[in-house]
Amino acid sequence: MKQPPAYTLYHPKWYRKRVSTWWWTEQWRSFKFILRELSSLAVIYFVALLLWLLWSLGKGPDKYLEFQSWMKDPLVIAFNVIALIFVLYHSITWFNLAPKAMPIRMGGKRLPEWMVAAPNYVVWLVISAVVAWFILGGN
Amino acid sequence: MAKTIILEVARYRPEQEAEPTFESFDVPLNDDWVVLDALNYIKDKLDGSLSYRWSCRMGVCGSCGMMVNGEPKLTCATFLTAYDPGPIRVEPLRYFPIVRDLVVEITDFMKKLKAVKPWIVREEEKPIAEGEYLQSPEQLESYKQFSMCINCLCCYAACPVVGLDQHFIGPAAIALAQRYNNDSRDQGAEERLDVLSQHEGIWGCTFNGECTRVCPKNVDPAGAIQQYKIKAMTEWYKSLIMPWGKKSNGK
Repeated sequence: MKQPPAYTLYHPKWYRKRVSTWWWTEQWRSFKFILRELSSLAVIYFVALLLWLLWSLGKGPDKYLEFQSWMKDPLVIAFNVIALIFVLYHSITWFNLAPKAMPIRMGGKRLPEWMVAAPNYVVWLVISAVVAWFILGGN
Repeated sequence: MAKTIILEVARYRPEQEAEPTFESFDVPLNDDWVVLDALNYIKDKLDGSLSYRWSCRMGVCGSCGMMVNGEPKLTCATFLTAYDPGPIRVEPLRYFPIVRDLVVEITDFMKKLKAVKPWIVREEEKPIAEGEYLQSPEQLESYKQFSMCINCLCCYAACPVVGLDQHFIGPAAIALAQRYNNDSRDQGAEERLDVLSQHEGIWGCTFNGECTRVCPKNVDPAGAIQQYKIKAMTEWYKSLIMPWGKKSNGK
């Protein structure tokens, strides 16, 4: 739809209201939606953090220690906790939306929504458990 | 005296005022009255100049969509008692230019709707002698939900993207495109994908989900749009991997 909208711009009689920049503050639902959109920044942040960790490891022990001491800063810890909350919010809302985008049919009937969402959670938990087992030193 | 409820109705009389104002009316609060009944009462008994659209008063025609206390509603299906003790604020559908009082300008939507070809597209019609196009209950089921759309435009009034980007083709038009794509008799999916795979088509949608929440016919336009996104993405990958292959018609 590249062509201009069908109604005449600046029509003298019709009344048109401009949408406020702050429309998302008017309702809790819209606010939650914008939080969800913003949570993608936290995802980017953790990806960057992981890349930085790998880069530091590659550069040798000095760089890695520098990274570790930065991570131990209380301000950084506080920031990471907030970012983690956003990432959890992002993941949960994402998994809950999955059934909307993927209506899976079996035997002519649409699977109930939870049956599409649940496997996402299971895979998430399993991967998290494996990662935790690695980090916490299981052999 | 019988119980009443206050209706605060948005008025816009372009020959008199530069912007909409509210006018309050006291209407009987009958158990079986919907907001549309109250508007009809106002027009019949209190102020004949009130303008609004309605026709079937039974949730089929899709003409009486309005904002009721800030929510897009079919006024023929919205009971007054649900808002007791009131007041009830009735406004024209959000994001559309207002023509007069509760009447909005919808030409833009009609144009967008037409762009997605909401009808059965055939490469070749089969001769009448060969009989009708048969369809199994499963095939019907795959598009039936989207076919319930009555173009009431509640989803447009709910969608923040519609408000922010007037080029966005919008929830109902995409849901109706999907209704025909999913129809086993249709062969127009590729033509529709050309229109809808643009930025102002499906990619404008941020999956806010408001359209689905307010839809009085449970059409789930948000679901339709996300399914379409997956479809468009698969088609794109296919054309990337096999540029020589014939584009599938989206079945």
